[in-house]
Amino acid sequence: MTLPIAPKPALRRFHQASWDEPVIFELSTPGERGVLVTPIEPGVRDAVGDVVSDLPAGLRRDVPPALPEMGQQRVLKHYLRLSQENLGADLNVDIGQGTCTMKYSPKINDQLIGVPQLTAMHPLQDPADAQGVLEITWNLERMLAEISGMDEVSLHTQGGSAAIWANVAMIRAYHEANGEGEQRREVITTIFSHPSNAAAAKAAGYDVITIFPDAEGYPDLAALKAALSPRTAAIMVTNPEDTGIYNPAIREWVDAAHRVGALASYDQANANGILGITRARDAGFDVCHFNLHKTFSTPHACGGPGAGANAVSAALAPFLPGPRVVREVDASGEVRFDVREAGPQSIGAVAPFHGVVPNIVRAYSWIMALGAEGLLAAAEIAVLNNNYLLKKVTDIPGASAPYAEGRRRIEQVRYSWQELFEETGISSEEIGVRLSDFGMHYWTSHHPYVVPQPFTLEPTESYSMAEIDEYVAALAEVAREARETPEVVRTAPHNQTVHHTHHDDLDDPERWAITWRAYRRKYFGESPARRAAQRLESTAATASESAA
Amino acid sequence: MLALVVNPVAGVGGPAGLAGSDGAAVQVEAAERGARPQAGERARVALEVVAAHLRRSSSADGVDASRDRARVAGRPGTALRAASTGRLPVVLTAAGAMGEDAVRAAGLEPRVVYRPSVADHATSAAATTAADTTAAVRALVDAGATLVLFAGGDGTARDVAAGLSEAGRGTATGSSADGRNGSGGTSVPHADVVVDDSGMSPRSSYRASVPTAWGGRPGAVAVAALGIPAGVKMYSPVFAVSPRAAGALAAAWSAASGSDGALPVQEREVLDIDEAAMRRARVEPRLYGTMPVPYRAGRTQSRKAATPVTEQAAVAGAARGAAMAMRPGIRYLLGPGGTMAELARELGVAKTPLGVDVVLDGRVVRAGASEHELVDEISRGPAKAVVSVIGGQGFLLGRGNQQLSARVLRLLDDDPLMVVAPEQKLIDLGGRPLLVDTGDPLVDARLAGFARVITGPSTTSLYPVHAPDAEPSEP
Ligand SMILES: Cc1ncc(COP(=O)(O)O)c(C=O)c1O
Repeated sequence: MTLPIAPKPALRRFHQASWDEPVIFELSTPGERGVLVTPIEPGVRDAVGDVVSDLPAGLRRDVPPALPEMGQQRVLKHYLRLSQENLGADLNVDIGQGTCTMKYSPKINDQLIGVPQLTAMHPLQDPADAQGVLEITWNLERMLAEISGMDEVSLHTQGGSAAIWANVAMIRAYHEANGEGEQRREVITTIFSHPSNAAAAKAAGYDVITIFPDAEGYPDLAALKAALSPRTAAIMVTNPEDTGIYNPAIREWVDAAHRVGALASYDQANANGILGITRARDAGFDVCHFNLHKTFSTPHACGGPGAGANAVSAALAPFLPGPRVVREVDASGEVRFDVREAGPQSIGAVAPFHGVVPNIVRAYSWIMALGAEGLLAAAEIAVLNNNYLLKKVTDIPGASAPYAEGRRRIEQVRYSWQELFEETGISSEEIGVRLSDFGMHYWTSHHPYVVPQPFTLEPTESYSMAEIDEYVAALAEVAREARETPEVVRTAPHNQTVHHTHHDDLDDPERWAITWRAYRRKYFGESPARRAAQRLESTAATASESAA
Repeated sequence: MLALVVNPVAGVGGPAGLAGSDGAAVQVEAAERGARPQAGERARVALEVVAAHLRRSSSADGVDASRDRARVAGRPGTALRAASTGRLPVVLTAAGAMGEDAVRAAGLEPRVVYRPSVADHATSAAATTAADTTAAVRALVDAGATLVLFAGGDGTARDVAAGLSEAGRGTATGSSADGRNGSGGTSVPHADVVVDDSGMSPRSSYRASVPTAWGGRPGAVAVAALGIPAGVKMYSPVFAVSPRAAGALAAAWSAASGSDGALPVQEREVLDIDEAAMRRARVEPRLYGTMPVPYRAGRTQSRKAATPVTEQAAVAGAARGAAMAMRPGIRYLLGPGGTMAELARELGVAKTPLGVDVVLDGRVVRAGASEHELVDEISRGPAKAVVSVIGGQGFLLGRGNQQLSARVLRLLDDDPLMVVAPEQKLIDLGGRPLLVDTGDPLVDARLAGFARVITGPSTTSLYPVHAPDAEPSEP
């Protein structure tokens, strides 16, 4: 018997849940508890003594923390409700956050990191008891060395920008070791490279030179050559750039940098379209980094935990950040893994410990499941999906893909609504807000907006043709609304938990409040000292009550 | 309160291929070539957006919105900018083709506060003059306008700036009220005005002396203006990108001023081009004044990156970068304009608004120097010219800083220029190169290539420079 199957509506009728849920601090009931801790038995207390006073004075609180007092069930409900007032990666067609590579993170990898053998581990554990996870870390380093073509890898950093920072710190250490630290004061980047490259270089004390694209939108080689000099420490570039355009002259860029004695650093956070197709080393780069939380399928998890991987040529290996995992073979041929502090030339620790273990295990598992052919297939499908999407989006009247006219893109595209904006006055930001009414994410661009009225889409390999079509149908619908019923777009969102928000408050340090305490202080004039005093009083009262 | 003034003859010169509509002769010629005025039509389109918005907000707003409002009422810091209800859709305006017609056509209620001097205004639009625009703006402000929408081009903007200035609400170096509507352009003295170079307004006496209270803080009293693009020339950054966009901004303005805040405004410059000169193929934007223009900060929800800094902060950043790059023992020839004024402020020295000042070791050694005096200064030691990007054209040299002549530049060393501009100025060129035009093809050719533009402390952008007059002319 075949059941009738309802055809999927072309446009989803979505409405987000709305729970009108207070902030958790507002839910507190004094005395309510999630877990009732059994009183310490007299024998134990006598044997152990007063543990609290054994703690160093600096670690002891005078006043208990202002935590909400709640039962377990209420806490659970609170967070479930909040999760429903959200657009998670597992809920929406998450192709609107271009440059973020929002691919599917297979659940089996989450299951693997949920096993007690991992959850019960501690980074300070004796390596003898942690051989398995150290071996996984070491193996993943070797895999990423293979994927990038580089000689050595460190999994020490905890995010993409941290890894970029490590890149520039290694570059600085390298030139200093060669006595050229004073002479090489400049780093060159492009305006379509991720801004963390310019930011990290500047934080490391360099003067930053930004190259604008040529008329076609390609990184301008002539401009690079005009910028390079014996003062150049490095070029730091993303490729493909944010536009999804691959620099066809990348080898010449690297060679030109090398000719003046500069290093070449490759931001490979967006490697999803080139896995198994081209490698940083093949273009001559000295150093590169990956984001495990993009290309290698580990979740972004609200901005963390990310995981970076720095890969370098042998010449830069002594400068890699650490501690790192090492593999040793003893006289009897037995293999042993250990954690080694960073060496004398290393830039040292950028974060605590030797890596974000849950993400290392997930990435390892993902690569092992796909194999070399699988990685290549993932890249090819990501590129195919992107170019299918490119065709569909640029068919929408008012949308365009500036630059590299008529050429294909790699894994993402920075589009423009400029035409639609001129016609209707509806901005890309407004379109993004309206798109959330269809249950989908949307992102414009980094600042500055070089492409006017920008939006950046990256479909990855995870999305089916049907889902890409659904996303495009929603985009086309919003573009139609911008022309025919612009008020609907201008006053969006309509199907979201929260109606309009204005971010003026977020741009004003006097008004922004990103913690409950700051909110109470800025809007109710509560001083932390007064609150602490009140808390102390009420604790004393509760104590005397329970004593009574 | 919302106000509208239309320059009925704006834009007639465009389709007629006359590069502008200033001056009676041009307007007559345009009419003879069959040009139809379009400013009124464009004003209607803009106002229809406003009308739709007012209708929507005065009808019941829907359960969600009112619920949201109730909900946030007890939570300061999350206040909604909801449209206030019950407001009558009345627009202050001038009679006939100068606004009344467009207001009515958009389904709104005109309240006429000004009538043009000519009797037969409604039928003989071309008979209104620039003085009418200026006088109308003054009357609109007196009647309580808080946002003056104007339909026209740069010439109209000049007249509006003059009207705001006369009403004590803006700055202008004189209106174009010397002829027919839309900037006479023939008898305005051009010699004594500042050339725009920064995208920022120079500090005006108005801004210095009157503490305005913009930016959503209570007590805002100033009057803002916004251009509905309807002219041929629109170099001034006071125009919305389209009539609909102007309407959307005006609607947002009405909504915001009905709740707990106002839209932020920015003092923007009013530029115009000498059309007579332009018809002789010279483009020379000049600054005629400034006016406060509202803008809407985006409502971005995905804040992957910080919001861009304000124009003001970007110019200040570029100026700081330039100050940091200055070396002792070098004479810096500071050109005119807003960015250079900011640089002077950063250095703690006075700046001649229109002139070139020579700064050595943090002191002005020659103020308002002529070409001859610059040559003399250069003979005393190493020197460098400091310039910014002029207007939307991208000129570094040859527009408004003629003291920095070919002769002066020839005397400077291999790297004669320090270029200073916020990054956004380069982005706004939309891929077009920077330009130099010193009048000497050899000097121009030497400057062509790439400029290292100082965009902030320790940050520069490499940007192409072309020398149009140095390029080999076609055979
Ligand atoms: C190309 C590129 N490089 C670097 C980064 C920074 O990575 P993270 O967000 O982990 O700091 C990103 C992330 O947006 C990126 O797209």
